[in-house]
Amino acid sequence: MENTRPKRVDIIFLMEGIDPIKVVENAMKKSPDEIILDMIDSGLKGRGGAGFPTGLKWKFTRNEDSYDKYVICNADEGEPGTFKDREILDRVPEKVFAGLAICGYTIGAREGFIYLRGEYNFLLPVLNQKLDVFNAGMKKIGLDFAIQMRSGSGAYICGEESALFESMEGKRGEPRNKPPYPTVAGYLGKPTAINNVETLVYAFMIARIGAEKFKEMGTKDSRGSKVFSISGDTPKAGISELELGMSVQQFVDEFGDGDTKAVQVGGASGGCVPRKMFKETIIGYEGIPTGGSMMLFNSSRSMYNVLHDYLEFFTEESCGQCTPCRVGCQQLLKGIEAVKRGEKNPAYLDDLKKLAKTMKVAAKCGLGQSVANPFISIVSNFKEEIIY
Amino acid sequence: MSKYLVNLTINDIPVSVPEGTTILAAASKLDFRIPTLCYHEDLCVAGNCRVCVVEQVGGRALLAACATPVGEGMQIHTNSAVVRTARKTIIELLLSEHSSDCTKCYKNGNCELQSLAHEYRVGDHVFIDLVNGKRKHIDDLSPSIIKDDSKCIRCQRCVRTCDELQGVSALAVAYKGDHQKISTFLDHPLVEVVCTNCGQCVNRCPVGALIEKTYVEEVWDVINNPNKHVVVQTAPAVRVAIGEELGYNPGERLTGKMVTALKRLGFDSVLDTDFTADLTILEEGTELLTRLKRAVVDKDPTVALPMTTSCSPGWVKFIEHTFPEFLPNVSTCKSPQQMFGALAKTYYAQKKGLKAQDITVVSIMPCTAKKYEANRPEMRSSGYKDVDYVLTTRELGMMIKQAGINFQNLEDSPYDSIMGESTGAAVIFGATGGVMEAALRTVYEVVTGREVPFANLNIMPVRGMDGVKEAKVKIEGCLPEWKFLDGIEVSCAVAHSLANARKLMQAVKDGTAHYHFIEVMACPGGCLGGGGQPIPTNEEIRSKRAAAIYGEDEGLPLRKSHENPEIKMIYEEFLGAPNSHKSHSLLHTHYLARKKY
Repeated sequence: MENTRPKRVDIIFLMEGIDPIKVVENAMKKSPDEIILDMIDSGLKGRGGAGFPTGLKWKFTRNEDSYDKYVICNADEGEPGTFKDREILDRVPEKVFAGLAICGYTIGAREGFIYLRGEYNFLLPVLNQKLDVFNAGMKKIGLDFAIQMRSGSGAYICGEESALFESMEGKRGEPRNKPPYPTVAGYLGKPTAINNVETLVYAFMIARIGAEKFKEMGTKDSRGSKVFSISGDTPKAGISELELGMSVQQFVDEFGDGDTKAVQVGGASGGCVPRKMFKETIIGYEGIPTGGSMMLFNSSRSMYNVLHDYLEFFTEESCGQCTPCRVGCQQLLKGIEAVKRGEKNPAYLDDLKKLAKTMKVAAKCGLGQSVANPFISIVSNFKEEIIY
Repeated sequence: MSKYLVNLTINDIPVSVPEGTTILAAASKLDFRIPTLCYHEDLCVAGNCRVCVVEQVGGRALLAACATPVGEGMQIHTNSAVVRTARKTIIELLLSEHSSDCTKCYKNGNCELQSLAHEYRVGDHVFIDLVNGKRKHIDDLSPSIIKDDSKCIRCQRCVRTCDELQGVSALAVAYKGDHQKISTFLDHPLVEVVCTNCGQCVNRCPVGALIEKTYVEEVWDVINNPNKHVVVQTAPAVRVAIGEELGYNPGERLTGKMVTALKRLGFDSVLDTDFTADLTILEEGTELLTRLKRAVVDKDPTVALPMTTSCSPGWVKFIEHTFPEFLPNVSTCKSPQQMFGALAKTYYAQKKGLKAQDITVVSIMPCTAKKYEANRPEMRSSGYKDVDYVLTTRELGMMIKQAGINFQNLEDSPYDSIMGESTGAAVIFGATGGVMEAALRTVYEVVTGREVPFANLNIMPVRGMDGVKEAKVKIEGCLPEWKFLDGIEVSCAVAHSLANARKLMQAVKDGTAHYHFIEVMACPGGCLGGGGQPIPTNEEIRSKRAAAIYGEDEGLPLRKSHENPEIKMIYEEFLGAPNSHKSHSLLHTHYLARKKY
């Protein structure tokens, strides 16, 4: 894909000629094991950001011996700069429902849930209405499967899968110890397949068009396409579905304003790519993985302010349970403030980087572990902006 | 747990442990200690402090040893460079949010964070102090417990204790991020919520965020006041635990040395709560028989059965909050501590020719709830505050150290008289099931004229650490006046820790369990595991204390409350008979329903 423009794709939002209930009915002609093989073959990885192979997740859940199993759609889209799931649920909710149903059929779950970010509650009336129709459709085709909506209450941490289960169970949203993993003990302690909104739609489309077509796109490590939430200093802010495998340079050439100095890939918890690394950095699992958020910054922006905002966000949104995250976030935030004010020597930034590295390996969940991504990448590449 | 063995190496040493074992336990098997803070043997695993992180070769992140089960072929390092850096950083982070003016802290010298900081020689703080910027919040309104958020390290041991062990949930995690803290319903002070003052959180707080409210200075003041006659009473469970504060291993019986030490501290009279424990058996046993008679003979439908014990003030406050509909079922007997206080300022004063207002009653209790109990407005039957100051076992240890007494070299002394005599039945009040056993020993004999039919008077079904225990005693061959009880099988239940009490009372409420008599102690193991006992605590330590208590009982010449000569004397000289009018005015009380939050 060198020197070419990012290839636009239309899979996620394509609705023309698609009857989701029919697709589920057709999928049921295959055995669950065949569907799992298709998913593994397609190379589909979780689109929430962590990138776990979807087929394997379904396989592990299917292999658990339990009468009760659940499939959950993680629609707690809280990552700063990400807004693709809202768009998907707004425009093609039936494809999400059908993805849940296919997963439910595959793993042997009779109940599915959509855990919706609290701020997206305005979508609820329409979603519930459409769910009634869909659930009735499942009855019609003879699949013992129904979906319900669940609402979050605004905590970022509840997007972490085990905190999400706790929240659904009516408890305080705090991540659990792993193992056990959700495929073994998730919601209510039962085997649970939890997938991102976008992942479920891709799974649905793979069931419809086959793994081969999906596999044709992208690279060896990053198959298929991805929906990006593009924001910041760009004339083309909004949602774009692009084939995976492009470099940041290609992306910037297409979406930048001509003065892009850095791109924050993957939201606040992602990494910051400076201009000098645009060419060598691939957007994908072999390079810099992303849940879809692409924030572009031009030379008018202070990277100190950017980092400060992120750290304020994490300081507030840490659940507060584990030491590295609760205290670490506060120290990183207060630390760069102290350096900026001259109260701490610039060399203190190295102590803070060491702290960030400890957070990356010692925090209990992905939230605390990922604070190091923006911190180290921004401090390393924009040290002057942090100090002066 | 499965018998399937998992093979792994820890610091390159191979080890095989059963599937499901944690890395922490496996390392301990190889004598590698991994530091912990949020981990506690009595509680479920939290894995949130992260000081126990270890490295798995090839792993992306470190693992919390307390929360991670072993896996086949794992190669674990507990002290590698990355582990050491992470661990030290985590200790430094905790210190940055912890008010670490150790020399002024009540827990100085018995603080797990302080020990770790010392072990890792944490020097000048690298990190910015996060304590001073925040509003200091100390809740010291409770007569029992002080909560200081500036020392809290959010390990949540107290929350798990209050929720899992006690089923009270007065403490919970509130807010998130940098505002996260351990709090109560609407951030109310502990005195205004369902807190039972049991102090189990105090026993498990690794730092000084939850401590007892101390009255040591007040007690020194009265001891040094020549116008005061200071009487001290010691609860049954103190004598088997005080050693732990003074360099002994758990389970050492030190009654005689403790009495000597109390005399050396300057108390005017060293007396025994065990005396009023015996008295409680007479009062409570009589109350039970009266209730049974009303039920069986008079067919009185208003009689409240099962009757429950009332010795444990944590339990009393718990039932006032949680099952107020069962308050008529609670024995009206005051606890032995409060019976003692009321009698010290009446009977004892009379016998010694003292004025009640010149007597100060100090209690040494294994309990923090006793501090609250002494402050209840009902506890002024003598016309004065019946018990003036309550100290925990820990505070007594502190006083002995402050006085420079070389405890280990002390001779034994007997308790003073009067109100110093007791039986083995009173000693076992300190263990779960003990009140039940003591009551059965007396009640059975009163009713049948024969000893309770258990070998050597040891009623084994009510002993031990099971959460809820049951026993049935068939009453046969009654004396003529108790004929109506002939053939009745008295059904008893014993619960310790409030989570178990809740289960038991819920079963009674639901009608799925039927008993005549229920003993509840708020703390795990009974008073020997009380919130005022030496720290640390775990089931092994509590079992050792229990063994010491039962050993003390077996070694005493008198093991039935009604045989205590001082008890016979007080009824002859002062009270008349059990449940007499005078008994009622001094030794019995009433309860009040409290709100549920």
